[in-house]
Amino acid sequence: MKRPGSTVRTASLISVLAMLIAAAARPAIAAETIDPAADFRAFRDYFTKKFPDVPLNDFVNGPASMDADLRRQWQSIDDFPPYDFAVERGKQMFATPFANGKTYGDCFADKGIGIRQNYPYFDQTGGEVVTLELALNRCREANGERPYSYVKDEMASLTAYMAFTSRGKPFDIKIPNDPRALAAYQKGEQYFYARRGQLNFSCAGCHVQNPGNHIRTEVLAPALGLLAAMPIYRSEWNGMGTISRRFVTCNSQVRGVPLAPQDELYRDVEYYLSYMGNGLPVAGPGARP
Amino acid sequence: MQRGHMRAPARALFVAALCGLMLLASGMAFAQAPSPPGQALAFDRAKGNCLTCHDIKGGDSPGNVGPPLADMKQRFPDREQLKAVIVDETRRNPSTVMPPFGRNLILTNQEIEAVVDFLYTR
Repeated sequence: MKRPGSTVRTASLISVLAMLIAAAARPAIAAETIDPAADFRAFRDYFTKKFPDVPLNDFVNGPASMDADLRRQWQSIDDFPPYDFAVERGKQMFATPFANGKTYGDCFADKGIGIRQNYPYFDQTGGEVVTLELALNRCREANGERPYSYVKDEMASLTAYMAFTSRGKPFDIKIPNDPRALAAYQKGEQYFYARRGQLNFSCAGCHVQNPGNHIRTEVLAPALGLLAAMPIYRSEWNGMGTISRRFVTCNSQVRGVPLAPQDELYRDVEYYLSYMGNGLPVAGPGARP
Repeated sequence: MQRGHMRAPARALFVAALCGLMLLASGMAFAQAPSPPGQALAFDRAKGNCLTCHDIKGGDSPGNVGPPLADMKQRFPDREQLKAVIVDETRRNPSTVMPPFGRNLILTNQEIEAVVDFLYTR
């Protein structure tokens, strides 16, 4: 006796088989599918399995999360944070109106306070990734002010203050169901894993394959939460630097040709990497050796 | 006795003295010699920069991304194999982070030979 539903079951079995055959004919199908949520889980699992003793929220502390000596150094530095000056300066800049009477706060949600965790975002009107640095310069230009250098000084002060007011808030980077957003995500991901420069390094070579290992005396930071403490005071720089500065110097260090700060591709990398760090707390501004 | 010819005992003394001088000279040369040219290349940040990733006896503050470079003669009895790692390790191990020093012209062939000479002393 035929059970009810068996015809349906047979039909669905056939369709599953058909799909399997189709999949077998195109073995690369999984690689061609852009699935940020699946990437996110695999990325996080990789780091939490590689470093089972590091609490999830501690990854934002970069090299200090990987090395007890560095943690002690970092903690003693953090008693008198070298980025304090930048935060204070950023706060003053935020409070000072432009020539037209408007302020930075007028360009942002919640007057720009406690919003760092939402950057970068994909702007569906312009069809591009908008980072905090880009949004700040666009704000200035929209109000008749000249844009700042993206790498340090004023830009680092503004982003330091905005990060400071957002500390502890979990990153919440969204990838809208828009093929352009997925394309930006994928371009950023490809850039992150592609080798470049005379020394033939990818971002991932250091920050995915070798976090916690030493290059000379430096400890390589994990890619999970890599941007959460930006901008940073870097002793090596003797000053503050933005995400743009870090990307440019990384490219130079591998003897590659850096892109222009806030190049679309750099913004895509920031989008990919920030999405991978979703849920981790804002820890900027940070201090690094 | 002919002029210009030393007697046997005198000749032996002369040869021994000469040998002593040579030994002394080579000893002085050894004491004053800078490190072998390969070592300078291996340690120079703009050249081999090996210490960034490898511990090498005689080098300060090594990294640990790659294995320590010791017992090289036992580990690489075939010189060509050691050379190949420096020239382009990605050919053997595509996921290595070791820069392809030969392929990307970071070091010349001559420089790589010098680095290999040096590594065989470690």
